[in-house]
Amino acid sequence: MKRKSLLIMLIAILVLTSVLAGCNNATTGGDDTPDVIKLGVIGPLTGDYSMYGTSVEEGAKLAAEEINANGGINGTLIEIIAYDSKGDGTEAVNAYNRLRDQDGIVGLVGGTFSGETLAIKEIAIEDGMPILSPTATNLNVTLNAPNVFRACYIDPYQGASAAIFSVENLGAQTAAVLFNTEDPYSEGLAVAFRDKFSEKGTITNYEGYTRNDMDFRSVLTIIQAQNPDVLFIPDYTAKVGIILDQVKEMGIDVVCIGGDGWDGIELDYAEVAEGHFFVNHYAKTDPNPMVQNFIAAYEARWNKTPNALAALGYDATFIMVKAIEAAGSTDYAAVVEALAKTDTEAVTGHITFDENGDPQKSISVIQVVNGDHVLVDLVGGN
Amino acid sequence: MTKVNFKSYLFNIVAILSVFVLIQILIANGTLSRYYVSILIFICINIILATSLNLATGFLGQLTLGHAGFMAVGAYGSALTAIYLRSNDILTGGIGLLLVSIIVGGLFAGIMGIVIGVPALRLRGDYLAIITLGFGEVIRVVINNLAFTGGAKGLTGIPRLVNISNAFWIMAFVVTVLYTLTNSRQGRAIISIREDEIAAEAVGIQTTRYKVMGFAIAAFFAGIGGGLYAHFIAFLDPNTFNFMRSVEILVIVVLGGMGSLTGSVMSAVVLTILPEALRDFAIYRLLIYSGLLVVMMIFRPQGIFGTTEFSLAGAIKKLRYNQIVSPRKKVKEDD
Repeated sequence: MKRKSLLIMLIAILVLTSVLAGCNNATTGGDDTPDVIKLGVIGPLTGDYSMYGTSVEEGAKLAAEEINANGGINGTLIEIIAYDSKGDGTEAVNAYNRLRDQDGIVGLVGGTFSGETLAIKEIAIEDGMPILSPTATNLNVTLNAPNVFRACYIDPYQGASAAIFSVENLGAQTAAVLFNTEDPYSEGLAVAFRDKFSEKGTITNYEGYTRNDMDFRSVLTIIQAQNPDVLFIPDYTAKVGIILDQVKEMGIDVVCIGGDGWDGIELDYAEVAEGHFFVNHYAKTDPNPMVQNFIAAYEARWNKTPNALAALGYDATFIMVKAIEAAGSTDYAAVVEALAKTDTEAVTGHITFDENGDPQKSISVIQVVNGDHVLVDLVGGN
Repeated sequence: MTKVNFKSYLFNIVAILSVFVLIQILIANGTLSRYYVSILIFICINIILATSLNLATGFLGQLTLGHAGFMAVGAYGSALTAIYLRSNDILTGGIGLLLVSIIVGGLFAGIMGIVIGVPALRLRGDYLAIITLGFGEVIRVVINNLAFTGGAKGLTGIPRLVNISNAFWIMAFVVTVLYTLTNSRQGRAIISIREDEIAAEAVGIQTTRYKVMGFAIAAFFAGIGGGLYAHFIAFLDPNTFNFMRSVEILVIVVLGGMGSLTGSVMSAVVLTILPEALRDFAIYRLLIYSGLLVVMMIFRPQGIFGTTEFSLAGAIKKLRYNQIVSPRKKVKEDD
């Protein structure tokens, strides 16, 4: 009896997997028409970080729809195939292999996280696959990889830009840095800001905190005693909001500066963020018609305000398509060569790539005024 | 008896060889694309991780929740060894570099297994589960904060050395060693601890010693699995080895049957393929995957194989007699 049920169970599993494998072959077989150019997107579409992957996917899909509405690439339509990586390297490698072998993509707009992009990188170098990551900020992503590019600027570039803005536009001579020691993003920005700022001015404090810290009054008291002109806080909104709240409560007279992690701070912390500055990929109040058209189109298509990741996903897709157009073929090497020559206006600024494949572009400096973004300046990190 | 054993080994060797030859033929004629081959390599890695965890959880009966921690030690140990050996031109590549590095990685993991096991295994019940859970998290946090592991940014520049052939043979070797171990004198001592620790002690088995031994061997092979992972992906990031990874390995073991190596092999194959086969269902795939696990556990709580091993020789014998002979009936016939 037991053996019988065991057998039934086994057969059920085998049938199930073969059926699933079967339908999966059927779909890929049907898609294999030459009049569609496929681009892959990899990112966390489920789990804790799904909002990041979904934003990139939505931005990329919006771009593809706009391109297709204008006739695609010389009449050939674009298709975006997005696979979930759960933010995990193993899943990302499987997704990448599948995009390459089963779907036959021409280029990859991904991965979304640095970790998954690095996991794909070594295999992709062997393939020569054109890769344009919209959002992987880790320095190593594009190193020694001629076919890997990115649309976002790297962490050090951002930190250095914030330092230059503080000195040149705000006339700051002393600065304090308060950062999260457990987060590579936060630390990367903090180090870059410190190094750049100390060329022109003095760093009075360089203080760290850990992920679970909630009370910053003691460290803020130490900073207050030094009375710096600016306070650099490179972290995400949830933490920055708490810090700014305590800065305001203690009545410290200092201008706070942040990075792109501050994107969306006006939603929950408008009152405490009032008057402070942060650098970002793009400013949603930028009068540039390209930016305004993108925001209007995104809101109409997805019923929400685009964040910086969506803008980068949108830009990366456009840049990739332009490269395929310029190459005149879907050959990997030709597309990579065309990508390297990119020189275009995009939502997140004017983009050219340096020898590593990192973008050379201006950074938007935004001030929070009356609970809204005001574009103050565009600065370069060099 | 020896004749039966010999026959059984022969069958198994032929079976392993034919699976290997089949894979090679399918790759050569292009049926298996690189996508499928990379899934096969992940299957090999998961089989190593699951069978090694099965030794600790299934055969020794100690619930371990930190297998990803040992995997992480093995992965980082192996990756750093390979980077060191290559940069000093001691070994530049190939199978030699792979074997040396994964064995070093495995030894690191095994030593960690002893360090954790000696104090923890003197306790009974759920303490080991808590301690290993803590260990897994501690390892991840330590790797996050060390400079030479690359910290949270991850470790790059690891040589890519793993292909389907060497992954397959290392997997076959690990499973063979574990199988012969569980059928040896030491293996029986380990199983007796699971069945009844007091009775085992009463017949003179040094329970702590065997527990630590079983646990350290499990950790060693988890390290080997981690090493293969490191040399396949060529990039390590501490968050890969989080608590969910330990749970995934445990799920493979429980589904296959605690105390059945063939069960672990079988369920590692199924559970590695399943999430990929379900990719077309996009965001519902994790729901379907979890649903299948729930159904499985309701209808077969002891896992697919329970504690029995699938035997090729036995299956062939049954096929030849074309009937299933129950053990009791067989005894009668033998009389």
